[in-house]
Amino acid sequence: MLTNRSKIVVKKEMNFWERIYLPAIFGGTLITIKHLFKRKATIKFPEVKREVSVVYRGQHVLKRDEHGAERCTACGLCAVACPAEAITMTAAERKKGEEKLYREEKYASVYEINMLRCIFCGLCEEACPKEAIFLTDRIEPSDYTRKSFIFGKDKLVEPVDKRIDVTKRQTPAVLNFKKNKLFSHNR
Amino acid sequence: MIALLTYKGILVLIVFTITLAVAAYSTYAERKIAAFLQDRIGPDRAGPFGLLQPLADGAKFFFKEEIIPNVSNKTLFILGPSIAMLTALMAGVVVPWGNELILGGNSYLLQIADLNVGVLYVFGVVSVGVYGIMIGGWSSNNKFSLLGAVRASAQMISYEIAMGLAIIALIMMTGTLSLREISLQQVGGVGGHWNWWNVVYQPLGFLIFIVCAFAECNRTPFDLPECETELVGGYHTEYSSMKLGLYLFAEYINMFISSAVMSTLYFGGFNFPFMHDLGLSANWITVLGTVALFLKITFFIFFFMWIRWTIPRFRYDQLMNLGWKGLIPLAVFNIVLSGLISLYVHR
Repeated sequence: MLTNRSKIVVKKEMNFWERIYLPAIFGGTLITIKHLFKRKATIKFPEVKREVSVVYRGQHVLKRDEHGAERCTACGLCAVACPAEAITMTAAERKKGEEKLYREEKYASVYEINMLRCIFCGLCEEACPKEAIFLTDRIEPSDYTRKSFIFGKDKLVEPVDKRIDVTKRQTPAVLNFKKNKLFSHNR
Repeated sequence: MIALLTYKGILVLIVFTITLAVAAYSTYAERKIAAFLQDRIGPDRAGPFGLLQPLADGAKFFFKEEIIPNVSNKTLFILGPSIAMLTALMAGVVVPWGNELILGGNSYLLQIADLNVGVLYVFGVVSVGVYGIMIGGWSSNNKFSLLGAVRASAQMISYEIAMGLAIIALIMMTGTLSLREISLQQVGGVGGHWNWWNVVYQPLGFLIFIVCAFAECNRTPFDLPECETELVGGYHTEYSSMKLGLYLFAEYINMFISSAVMSTLYFGGFNFPFMHDLGLSANWITVLGTVALFLKITFFIFFFMWIRWTIPRFRYDQLMNLGWKGLIPLAVFNIVLSGLISLYVHR
């Protein structure tokens, strides 16, 4: 009786009106006809997109810095943090003349997220010390093969000319949270 | 003679086309109403508001692979849906779709055949329809199909009795078996030409009739022969392609025809309120009467679908209890009651 929603069941004989069902059926038809005029819950997806929160956890993006160099340094913290073990990467050393491409001396030559394994929990984003990986409000497209769901750098890194806005999630409060020594991930 | 035959032939074609069109669009209406009653939108991709959906469905049926099971009895397997479709279409012959049109001195009856035993004809044809289901279910050589077929035939036979008894009370009142004469007796209604429709005199009979009509058409709450959840489709489990299409189509045609019969017997047929007060010519009244009949039919088809999303399916023993212990005694009581009342009134 915690919720006061439980009903006491009485197993009594049905009276005449209950046994001929008709009043109950009439009541039922009234309920169903009301639904004919109700607002429909359907969202016609390809034309209308459902509104999502600004911090919706959808398809990932690997950010570039303000000069267009990749921020990711292939430290592997996201892969360690990932509870679904969806992330894998190969590190490489930056060569001379590639300073425009990669921000740090080390970078990820291969960076793959298996979107079928990913549970979109956002722990990779939380673990990243370089502000490189973010989840966005984009919905990952459907496809026919398993292979196509392993997203490489071609799909993850944002294009230089088409930057993806993550300012809504990269707020100062979030940055402070990431630097707070109280939390285990910063120790 | 030739003129009459030509006219009847054209009428047959028109009724056939309308029946098929109504059945096709009933599938669309069914899906739309199902969706709306469940707060969804329903099919809306094929054409504006999804209006071309029935055409797409029909085309799909034609292009599907035709599978006839090896273990089935092939002749009967093909005969099953043919009988179902044929009988469904045949019942429309005696329904008076309208009064008569008078064009150039000739009168044209908007009814294919005015049989003096019209009600019996409808009953006969409908009961042959059971064979379509029986043969289909039996010849597929599949337990689930057979179970579905047995259920269907048991159900239809039991409910036919109650339906017939309900009609007997009506026939005692009208004194005729011709559907056209029953329609004509209910002429007028609300308005200057004061006259009640039969449903007012036979409310109990109508109730029994409509419950039995639901059972005869295998509609929820009596859709046990084809309950998807228990019997994987029932008698048409093994059917594919257009044969399945014919079965499903026959069901919608049955629904259309039984709506038409219900409107004719109990709801005044082609009569509508104030029909003689508007000062219209006889031909216009006939045309409007046909429109009125189709409105009534549309309402009943809607009612069929409305009930489908309101009441859950009966259990089989409940179904048989309702039929044999509930409706048949009630129908007999109705006959006695109508007899007593008409005796009292005529004295």
